[in-house]
Amino acid sequence: MTNFEMLEYGAWGLSGILGLWMLFDMIRTDRSYSEDLLTSSREGEIEDKIGGVQ
Amino acid sequence: MTTATETTGGKISLLRVLGPGHVWGLGVGIVLVGEYMGWNFSVGKGGMIAALIACWVAGLLYTCVAMIDSEVTSTVAAAGGQYAQAKHIVGPLMAFNVGLFLVFAYTMLEAANAWTLGFLVQTVSGMMGVTGPDGAAVTLFDKPFIVLTIIFLAWLNYRGVHTSLTFNMVITAIAFIAIIVLFLAVQPWSNDVLKHAELMDGKDGLLPYGWLGVIASLHFGLWYYLGIEGTTQAAEEVRSPARSLPLGTMTGMITLLLAATMTWYICAGLMPWEYLGTAATPMFDAARLTGSTPLMVLLFIGTVFATLASANGCINDASRAWFSMGRDRYLPEWFGAVHPVYRTPYRAIVFLVPLAVIFACYVPLDQIITFSILSGLLGYTFMAFNVIMFRNKWPLGSISRGYVHPLHPLPALVLLLLCATTYFAVFLGYGAQLLAMMVFYIVASLWFHFHRYKYVRRGDQFTMQWPRPLGH
Repeated sequence: MTNFEMLEYGAWGLSGILGLWMLFDMIRTDRSYSEDLLTSSREGEIEDKIGGVQ
Repeated sequence: MTTATETTGGKISLLRVLGPGHVWGLGVGIVLVGEYMGWNFSVGKGGMIAALIACWVAGLLYTCVAMIDSEVTSTVAAAGGQYAQAKHIVGPLMAFNVGLFLVFAYTMLEAANAWTLGFLVQTVSGMMGVTGPDGAAVTLFDKPFIVLTIIFLAWLNYRGVHTSLTFNMVITAIAFIAIIVLFLAVQPWSNDVLKHAELMDGKDGLLPYGWLGVIASLHFGLWYYLGIEGTTQAAEEVRSPARSLPLGTMTGMITLLLAATMTWYICAGLMPWEYLGTAATPMFDAARLTGSTPLMVLLFIGTVFATLASANGCINDASRAWFSMGRDRYLPEWFGAVHPVYRTPYRAIVFLVPLAVIFACYVPLDQIITFSILSGLLGYTFMAFNVIMFRNKWPLGSISRGYVHPLHPLPALVLLLLCATTYFAVFLGYGAQLLAMMVFYIVASLWFHFHRYKYVRRGDQFTMQWPRPLGH
C-alpha cells in the first residue's frame, strides 16, 4: 500500500468514525430525553434594549 | 465552552456565548474563500476591468445588504436570520421561501468549499512528483478529503457553537493576513513583480466582450462577498445581538471590500485574463508565480483555512435556518430539536450532511456556485422589499432599533436595481439553470401553501414584542 493510499483510507476512516459518532450520539440523545424537552426551544427575543435607537 | 445542560423551566435553548469577534469571523469566514477562488470566473466572463467593476458594483450591492440587514436583524434577533425577518414582516409563504434560499445558498457554498479543498489536496499531491509502477504521475483521490471536510466540520458544529466559531475566527484571521502578506510581497508600489500594463494591453486585455461582458461578470462578482448576510443566523447565540450583529457585520463588510480589491490587484498583475478566468485557485497560483516557497506555503494554508472557515460557517448558518423552520413547523418539528448538552440544532446539522456530500462529489463546481449565487440573490431581492415594508409598518420611533441605516429608501432601491442586473447576468450564462431553480422554488411554495402550512403553529410563530403595524 502506498503512502497516498494510506492517506486516502485514513480520510475515509476518520470520516466514518466522526459520522458514526454523530449518529450514535444523536440516537442516544433522542432515547435519553423526551421529545417535548428536545423541541422546547422557542424563538429568541432581544435582551439588551440599552443603547437601542428609538 | 459551556457544555453543561442548562435548562430553564424545562426548556432547552441555543446557548448565548458569542461576541462581535465571532460574528465577524462567521460573516468574513463564509465569504473570504470567494477571494481565494470563484471571483475570477468574472474575469472569464468579461475580462480584467469587467471583474474590477463587478467587484465594486457587487461591493455596493453588499454594502446595501449589510446596512439593511443590520437594521432589521437588530430588532428581529432570532436564529434563522432573514427567515425570521420575513415571517414577522412579510408573511409565512415568503418566510418559507427565504428559509429555503438560505439553506440552499449555504449548503451549496459548503459543497463548493469542500470540492475546492479536495482539488487543492489533489493538486499539491501532484506537485510532489510521486510516480506509479508504470512511471505515470500519481495524485491523491479527492473524494475522501471532500467527504472528510464536510463530516469533520459538521462534527465540530455538532459539538458546540463557541468552539466552532472561535475556530472560524482564528482561521479566518490567518487567511485574511495571508492576502495582506501576498499583497505586500508583490510590491504594489512598483512594477517589478506586477505587470498590469503588459497584461491589460489593448482591448482584449481590458474589455474583451465590451460592456455586455461587464454585466455578465456581475454573476461571479457576487462571489467576492456572498454570505456576509449570514451573520444574522447567530442572533440567538450572541450575548448582545443589538450591538454585536451590526458591529460584526459592518466591520466584516469593510474587511471584505479591502480583501476583494487587494485580490483583484494581485491576480490582475500576475496572470493573463484567459488563464485567470478559468483558474480553480487563483490566489495559490499567484503565490506560485512569485516563485517564493514561503509565500506558496502561506497561500496554500490561507486557501485551506478560507475554504474550511467558509464551509464551517455555512454549516452553522444552514443548520440554524433549517432548525428555525422546523421549530415553527414550516418543516417537520423533528428538526427543531436542540441538543441538551451541546446546545446545538444537532438534527438539522446531521440531516444536511448528505446533501452537501452529494453535491460536492457529483455536481460540477460552476453549477454548484450558480445554485448558491441564485439562492443568495433571491434572498437579497427579498431584503429590498422587506426593509421598505418594515419601515412602512413600523416607522422609526415605533420600536427599538439597535442600528438605523441611513438614506432610506435609497439602499433598498439600489439593491433592487443591482439584483435585477445580476439576474440578467446569470440568465446570459446559465439561463436553463435559472429557470429550473425558479420552477423548483415555485413547486416548493405550492407544497407549503397546499400541504405544509396547516401544521404551522400560527399563533406561536410571531414572537417579537412589537406594537401592531401601522394601518392594522
